[in-house]
Amino acid sequence: MTARGRPAWRRLAWPAVASVPVLFLALFFAFPVGTIIGRGITDGSVLDVLRRRSTGQLLWFTVWQAAASTVLTMAVGLPAAWAVARVDLPGRRLLRALVLVPFVLPTLVVGAALRATFERFGLDGSGGGLRLQDTVWAILLAHLVFNVAVVVRVVGGYWAFLDPRAGEAARVLGASRWRVARSVVAPRLAPALWSAAGIVFLFCFTSFGVILTVGGPGRPTVETEIWRYATQRTDFATAAALAILQLATVVVLVLAVNLLERRTSTGAAARRPVPPARVRSWRRRLEVVAALGPALALVVVPLVVLVERSLAVGDGHGLANYRALGRTTDNGLFVAPLTAVANSLLYAAAAAAVAVVVGGLASVVVVHAGRRPGRALDLALMVPLGTSAVTLGFGMLLALDEPPLDLRSSRAIVPIAQALVGIPFVVRSTVPALRAVDPRQREAASVLGASPVRARLAVDGAVVGRTLLVGAAFAFAISLGEFGATSFLARPDAPTVPVALFRLLGQPGAELRGQAMALGTVLAALTAVSVLVIERLRPRDALGW
Amino acid sequence: MVSAGTGTGAGTGEGLAADGLSLRFGATAAVDDVTLAVAPGEVVALVGPSGCGKSTLLRLLAGLEAPDAGRVAWGGRDLTRRPPDGRGFGLMFQDHALFPHRTVGENVGFGLQVQRVAPPARRQRVAEVLELVGLAGFEGRTIDTLSGGEAQRVALARSLAPSPRLLMLDEPLGSLDRTLRERLAHDLRAVLTGLGTAAILVTHDQEEAYAVADRIVVMRAGRLVRDGPAADVWRHPRLEFVARFLGHDNVLDAPTAAALGVGDGSCPVVVREAAIGLVGADDAGAGGRAARVVDVRFRGATSRVTLEVAGADGGVLLAVHLAEPPPLGPTAVVLDPSQVEPLDRST
Repeated sequence: MTARGRPAWRRLAWPAVASVPVLFLALFFAFPVGTIIGRGITDGSVLDVLRRRSTGQLLWFTVWQAAASTVLTMAVGLPAAWAVARVDLPGRRLLRALVLVPFVLPTLVVGAALRATFERFGLDGSGGGLRLQDTVWAILLAHLVFNVAVVVRVVGGYWAFLDPRAGEAARVLGASRWRVARSVVAPRLAPALWSAAGIVFLFCFTSFGVILTVGGPGRPTVETEIWRYATQRTDFATAAALAILQLATVVVLVLAVNLLERRTSTGAAARRPVPPARVRSWRRRLEVVAALGPALALVVVPLVVLVERSLAVGDGHGLANYRALGRTTDNGLFVAPLTAVANSLLYAAAAAAVAVVVGGLASVVVVHAGRRPGRALDLALMVPLGTSAVTLGFGMLLALDEPPLDLRSSRAIVPIAQALVGIPFVVRSTVPALRAVDPRQREAASVLGASPVRARLAVDGAVVGRTLLVGAAFAFAISLGEFGATSFLARPDAPTVPVALFRLLGQPGAELRGQAMALGTVLAALTAVSVLVIERLRPRDALGW
Repeated sequence: MVSAGTGTGAGTGEGLAADGLSLRFGATAAVDDVTLAVAPGEVVALVGPSGCGKSTLLRLLAGLEAPDAGRVAWGGRDLTRRPPDGRGFGLMFQDHALFPHRTVGENVGFGLQVQRVAPPARRQRVAEVLELVGLAGFEGRTIDTLSGGEAQRVALARSLAPSPRLLMLDEPLGSLDRTLRERLAHDLRAVLTGLGTAAILVTHDQEEAYAVADRIVVMRAGRLVRDGPAADVWRHPRLEFVARFLGHDNVLDAPTAAALGVGDGSCPVVVREAAIGLVGADDAGAGGRAARVVDVRFRGATSRVTLEVAGADGGVLLAVHLAEPPPLGPTAVVLDPSQVEPLDRST
């Protein structure tokens, strides 16, 4: 069929498909963020706020803690990445899953678990001993727990594809193991190292839930100050100015990391993961334990303490804390904590559905709509992931308050915000699968008599079903734990679990503390189930694992 | 098991001596009680089918794997527990394993760099070995601009640069096309014999082995089953497996050999092509055996002729290469028992 002979509906098909994700982004991301920037500029407050000495101090502390967290995380994460990617360990899949858990664990759960751990071991200052709670050390530690998974995932995923023989060749040529690490492995890992460090820094720079729960009131960052000015002091001008400052920093950072990644790329990775090496000597076994031990302990200890604390009742153990979740008490929530669980499940399911529809359509456009528009959309969809959640929530609150888009009091606004963060995950898992489809299969279907639409459905549809499910599970898990944007948007009488958890943690009293631990455990369990679903559905040899 | 014949350097304490090397991967023995000696200046080809443990043996010798049993020594000094960087051996990997983030010059100079050779001397040596492999002036090139043959030469230059006392080459020509392979095999022989270092070449291709090495070691399922000068191993393969692997066409089992009158029925035999004389159909009976030409394949200078010779029950297929092939149809053959090589009774 010639291009001229195409029916009108087919010429309009691509723009129609593309319009859904584009409109979604424009309405729910560009418009809110644009509103903040507009607000900050028209008020003339940006320069004013930037000139304050306190702003400089705030930015300095935010950058400082993020940089320190990144260095610590790389130091603990790199050995673990090596062990997981390169060594054939018994129970390798389980170990890997364990190390990766915090990647999707809600920040509030990590915060709650660390608080529980500090209390359990007397590090909260109560016994007059060493105090970690409400110090900068607690922040660094929490970021470490949270982000080791990022390093293991990003660097380990890349490492598994590096041909070990280059290192062996260097050994035979006379290089020591240390020399091989420095001269052969490090230069080839460089793109992954920069990428991991960039992501970790970004997460720590815009970190919110963790800072609020373990850093205490004396340790504000740009992100927490946006939230405080917007919600507690209702000083929208200052909040908007800080949000602009943060957006600018994030943009510069992302561009810099992107540049470093491309500069250091050697483009030389194996097509399939290299099989891991067996452990044959006791020395090697000790090395593996030393490499993996700290990362595992950081993940396992706080979670075990969280569960233990949730079961602690008085001097013994029991399920009283869990039973209390069903009751509406004087807990500062207005509702029973269990209602929050129901809310979260509902919101997360809705967010996953929105993410799958918008992300699925976007993936089709990214793959098939030509290089430039495809790349542009792909990049545009990634931006919300790098934008701070608080800025996003704050922007939606400011922008979507007038008819015809008055969503402020609508329940729909929560899953929409959460979907924005979930969409990139759907796209990331679907695009490679679509790209891997051999176009000759589609041609074969056409030759056998299938219409173009039919051929696409029959060939691409079969492949994409599974990856869409993976994306949906990711979006679901992330929505369950989303706190920054949700804390702005959830109605007080309909809190999600992280919002409820935050309020419970802010209340005094052992009873409510026990309930918080129980609620945190429930949230961790729900997330863990989503992760297990992802692990089962994920294609085995996917590069991104 | 068969005592693999020993090479020239054995027992003198000079050169490489591997003794009783074994390595198991789970239930399979990748390398099983291997004893091998290589004298300085000797070029040995290690041949065997894919997966027989050749590469693993090289990795054991290089120190990249630790053996479950046995030892590796050079010049009488035990190296078994030495790491790869302390052995002074060179290993050229299958598919080359060049460092993609370094230029050709930096790849070739790496071994000298870790030995802290001063930059001017290093540059000189790099230029020297690059010239030796026919790539003079390639120092500044990046790895991704090299053709397959060039990458192979760079890998060779890289393993030669630090002047290893033993050079091991794992399927060095494996990934190249046929014409390039033949040319490079020739060059490789010239380089190795010119240097006078000990060398072990792993290959699954017997032609490549003949082209490069003086001595051939045959490996099967982790064990060395035959070891000797190339011509000797070809002429007296001793084992049916070795005969077939080295490309002998006419290997007959014991009863078949007896039926054709070329054996006493106690062992299998190799009927060398020199043993087979075509005498024409009329001479059947007059010392000749009735046969049929069943297939003629043009091979260039010669043609491969398949004969079906009347045996005990039914025909026996034998192949010969002839410059002027006979037409298809009846013929007769004379078999010369002195050109028939008896093999060991069992393999």
